[in-house]
Amino acid sequence: MEDENVTIYIMGKRYEVPTSLTIMKAMEHAGYRLVRGCGCRGGFCGACGTVYRTKDDYKLKVGLACQTVVEDGMHLTQIPFYPANKAEYDIEELDANIAAVLKQYPEVARCVSCNTCTKICPQDIQVMDYVQAALRGDIAKAADISFDCLMCGLCASRCPAEIVQYYVGVLCRRLYARDIAPRAQHLADRVAEVESGKFDEEIAALMGAGEKDLRKRYNERDIEPK
Amino acid sequence: MYTEAMRQSIKILEGTRAFRKTQELGLMSPDEKAQLLRDHHPDYKGEQQRELRVGPSRGDRAPHEIADLIEARSLVDPEDFDLSRIDHDVDVLVVGGGGAGGAAALLARESGASVLLATKLRFGDANTMMAQGGIQAADKSHDSPSIHYLDVIGGGGFHNDPALVRALVIDAPKVIGWLEEMGVMFDKEPDGTMVTIHGGGTSRKRMHSARDYSGGDIMKVIRDEVLNQDIEVIEFSPVVELLTDGKGRCTGAILYNMETQEYSIVRAKATVIATGGAGRLHVQGFPTTNHYGATADGLVLAYRAGCELAFMDTIQYHPTGAAYPEQIVGQLVTEKVRGLGAQLVNGEGNRFVYELETRDAESAAIIRECTERNLGVVTPSGMRGVWLDSPLIEEIHGSGTIQRLLPAMYRQYERFEIDMTADPILVYPTQHYQNGGIVIDDQGASQIEGLYVAGEVAGGVHGRNRLMGNSLLDIVVFGRRAGAAAALRAKETVPGELGLDHVRRYHEELEKNGVETTRRAPMLLPDYRPDELKSHLITIGS
Repeated sequence: MEDENVTIYIMGKRYEVPTSLTIMKAMEHAGYRLVRGCGCRGGFCGACGTVYRTKDDYKLKVGLACQTVVEDGMHLTQIPFYPANKAEYDIEELDANIAAVLKQYPEVARCVSCNTCTKICPQDIQVMDYVQAALRGDIAKAADISFDCLMCGLCASRCPAEIVQYYVGVLCRRLYARDIAPRAQHLADRVAEVESGKFDEEIAALMGAGEKDLRKRYNERDIEPK
Repeated sequence: MYTEAMRQSIKILEGTRAFRKTQELGLMSPDEKAQLLRDHHPDYKGEQQRELRVGPSRGDRAPHEIADLIEARSLVDPEDFDLSRIDHDVDVLVVGGGGAGGAAALLARESGASVLLATKLRFGDANTMMAQGGIQAADKSHDSPSIHYLDVIGGGGFHNDPALVRALVIDAPKVIGWLEEMGVMFDKEPDGTMVTIHGGGTSRKRMHSARDYSGGDIMKVIRDEVLNQDIEVIEFSPVVELLTDGKGRCTGAILYNMETQEYSIVRAKATVIATGGAGRLHVQGFPTTNHYGATADGLVLAYRAGCELAFMDTIQYHPTGAAYPEQIVGQLVTEKVRGLGAQLVNGEGNRFVYELETRDAESAAIIRECTERNLGVVTPSGMRGVWLDSPLIEEIHGSGTIQRLLPAMYRQYERFEIDMTADPILVYPTQHYQNGGIVIDDQGASQIEGLYVAGEVAGGVHGRNRLMGNSLLDIVVFGRRAGAAAALRAKETVPGELGLDHVRRYHEELEKNGVETTRRAPMLLPDYRPDELKSHLITIGS
């Protein structure tokens, strides 16, 4: 793990950077002060989708710039934004079925099952499988498979059917959670209790308690076993 | 991939695992905890902070990195700035595109206001998106908002603002219901019962989650809903200064398009600041879990406009930031890993702290292990850390648990060829959260008329130490409250005059108090380019 340099090409321009860096840190090392293409820097937000080729390999590869380490001879560019149509809908008027998906995103029916979306996904999500599940009306499955999606947009950038997979995914997840997953009865009960004022007195007493009293109650409170 | 030396250390850890599995370790006593914090928590290093020399909280202490931005001049010159062209005329301006901003925008719109949401990066590039562990709410029968209240205020060192704590815990069930109704995929039992677990400092299992993308799912749903509504969203356009009328009321803001460098003027009857925290200031040189834009912008702007700050001398260091591999140093290892039973283990294979102490105490204990006691594990880059024995989770809950409940964590390590189901991971505290911030009331109103504040940028809800799962709760509770209150104000107000008197006065105060500086704030973005490169820049144009 010596800090030798590697040569990378950012949008065609050659730079020498330390071997251990991620693509994002390598770009900063090279002098880029990022505005686009940099968000959480921790693999959660999908702002830094990057496409690259490695030495002597014809294959186009992808990764999140914040999570992918540079390699010698890497040619890269970021795709920080990809134009995509998001349908605007009233979620309350939709049911968790195939009609809802096709009404909002009719292009889903154009999926040719080429699996390019799955191959490009930096999260290793079976993207095509969730698109196909949505197309079958299996909203629960589409929600489950797509759950880890960061909405980086790389799938949409490569889809020959011009589907915007990640918007289909978020629609399916919302439909699943609203209409298929059972609601939490204890939650509804508690909301009703709160609204009836059940806890107002207890909380008022705590708000009025002095620090000494609060400390005592806190230190003596019973803790639910693990 | 671990080095040979680290492999040896893992062998020692594996040797004690069977013993540790049944080892009972209790909470430390209040006195022990106080002593530990005094001796080893970074907040107690006096030389790392200073008293603010200007503004409404003059005399209060803050870390140098934050004080430097507060004791700085505006990015605009109040003597020479054209405010005559109003580019956006709205009821409510929301500044910040994280969970608090999104929730505020939704509630303001629902209340009938016209809403503009402006954000520095992309809508959703925020700490909310990164929150893995969960969101607290007392919605089980053996729990109650009052028990939650006691946990919050005890965790905060009894310094929290009681009215804010009340709002937090009393709204909690309602906001979980709101999120459930909008379509957040909470982890549930087959009958719909929420799966809830403990977090550090909780006395009931009330941590709700959506796998380990809890904040991510919440953020994606809120964002989707904002985009479905008639709400204008402008990205890559931070606010660089607030606008006030002659009476000190906030009447709008100046937006800055980071790509074209053009500014635009927003006139708003009410403004909500939801700009998040300050991790990218790297207080005391700590790495951070925070997103790229966490540079305390809203804090600086509101302070300049006349808002007091609270508890700015306390920063939350998350006990378990990644200490290895180098590429992810500082990134969050969610507290849920400890909640599920992973133990903290030193270089000799021994536990040294109960895993569910509050975060301040956990962090101090890890720092003590790596400094005073010198029992940490050293990485190839010279960093020290302690082991988090993640394979125990699989032993306790069955194989496959980590991939099922912690897919994001598993993936993060797998990328660097570390299998956390088989090997432990190395951790060290990382700058995570700004405990304090702008003073607000329980409706999210600041001390300046027309200015509302929600989320991490506000102070008082969590006292001197926030508990896990209360930040996602905070942003939704106070985002909603601030959005609704802002919309209400907009109904009762006419648009105000737009001016920069508060900036002029602030500059005068800087000079009067002997702060001679060329620093300008807010910072907007950190600069990670190498110094050598920065010394060879040419700036074209003025």
